[in-house]
Amino acid sequence: MSGEGAHQAAEAAARQSYGRLLSIITARTRDVAAAENALAEAFARALEAWPNTGVPDSPEAWLITTARRVAGHDVRRAATRSGAAGAVEILYEEMEAREMSDFPDDRLKLLFACAHPAIDPAARTPLMLQTVLGLTAEAIGRAFLIPGPSMGQRLVRAKTRLRDAGIPFRTPDASDLPDRLEDVLSAIYAAFGTGWDMVDGGEAGAGLTQEALYLGRLVMEMLPDEPEPKGLLSLMLYCEARRPARRSVTGAYVPLSEQPRDLWLDELVIEAEALLSEASKAGRFGRFQTEAAIQSVHMQTKAGEASNPSALAALYDLLAARRPSVGALIGRALAHASLNDATVGLQLLDEIPSELAASYQPYWAARLHLAKKAADPSAPDLLQTTLSLTTDPAARDYLLALYAAPS
Amino acid sequence: MQFMLIFAEPLSDIARQKDPKEGPKLMGAWRDYIGSMMQAGVMVNGDGLQPPETATTVRMRNGRREVQDGPYCDAKEYLGGYVTLDVDDLDAAITWAEKSPAAEYGSVEIRPVMMNATG
Repeated sequence: MSGEGAHQAAEAAARQSYGRLLSIITARTRDVAAAENALAEAFARALEAWPNTGVPDSPEAWLITTARRVAGHDVRRAATRSGAAGAVEILYEEMEAREMSDFPDDRLKLLFACAHPAIDPAARTPLMLQTVLGLTAEAIGRAFLIPGPSMGQRLVRAKTRLRDAGIPFRTPDASDLPDRLEDVLSAIYAAFGTGWDMVDGGEAGAGLTQEALYLGRLVMEMLPDEPEPKGLLSLMLYCEARRPARRSVTGAYVPLSEQPRDLWLDELVIEAEALLSEASKAGRFGRFQTEAAIQSVHMQTKAGEASNPSALAALYDLLAARRPSVGALIGRALAHASLNDATVGLQLLDEIPSELAASYQPYWAARLHLAKKAADPSAPDLLQTTLSLTTDPAARDYLLALYAAPS
Repeated sequence: MQFMLIFAEPLSDIARQKDPKEGPKLMGAWRDYIGSMMQAGVMVNGDGLQPPETATTVRMRNGRREVQDGPYCDAKEYLGGYVTLDVDDLDAAITWAEKSPAAEYGSVEIRPVMMNATG
């Protein structure tokens, strides 16, 4: 294993053990902040030591022993002994008698608590990244383009609610599971989307998509009978497979239809296909399965050709009927435009409520694309609106080259 | 864990309560709701309150008592009543809250009860 590979493996092991321990303690105390305090120093030392010494045989026992030693003098003073330090003490004693594998993996409970409807939606994804993966508020803030201290405040507020509002740490009942699972999966997908949008953001962006894939796998392994976690993982893998083809060698934006197919990562495509077909065996509609199926249609299309319009239109119709997000409605308009003609697409875009569309770049990009096709005189104004909402410089250059040229 | 469910009702609803046909129907819905919580053994206590025009608000300012005709704040919704429940967690409290008549036409605020203060 290379030096970098060993480092990554050590870091992954540290994060996995950290998340497992934090969720075990939190499930007992409900106090995320106190559990973090109890484990923070031990986790920092693991991130420092393990890349050099190798991952210990029992990483969790290493962390708990270190956490206990760090807190040692505090634990003896009853007045400062927090619930979490007490839990560390109890776990330390229990681990002497039991294997770590005898402890339940409470990370799924923690994920459900983080994505509880009573938690601010903007805090759910950051909360998962911090509690289950041990990312700092700084790193999460960087990924979400929010100053570290503001992200820190948002996280503190959410943790206070986790402790005090009575939010349960458990896997929801069968009747609640589909809705609550969608919240968990949406928060994971939000992390993926944020990382995906940072296409030129280097490590921070790529790191976040990897964290999202990790969380997606975790939920899938813990709920093996549920189709939607497979659908989400499939969707994310299809996108991830195209990562090397999103930019040309000169860094220019390359649209999906023109991406060289040999740059796609076959291994990920194969896994995505297998997951989607496995998920479909349950025979239950799911937003993420449908979105993965849409990606599957795109991935089966040869470079330079249009993706099967009737398949796309059918999938987007289904999505628009069941989960009418603004993204789904735009996709539906584009699919029906290629199936019929551009004016049909423009009519469908007109039906999208303007408050959802006004500042959403993909809406204006779709409108621009269809207006140009329909030779609509509003195209130059649409180009200006679209450019004003496009933050990615490579995408701006692409739009200018495609639409600003005299026709 | 104890939670208080605070039933906020729109002012426009007072007319409905006084309506000879609607009023009794609404009271019946509340009776059924409270009855189901008593039967489930989750109810610690609770009251419905007379409408806001019966409210008197008192403040002590500079050692002087100020008494005001009306509720402590003017709002589009008013406090119609409350119940305190003893249930496992917030999810159980939400499930009870969503069944209340107030959830249909007003809103229900859920607050954990401070347990050290009440014993």
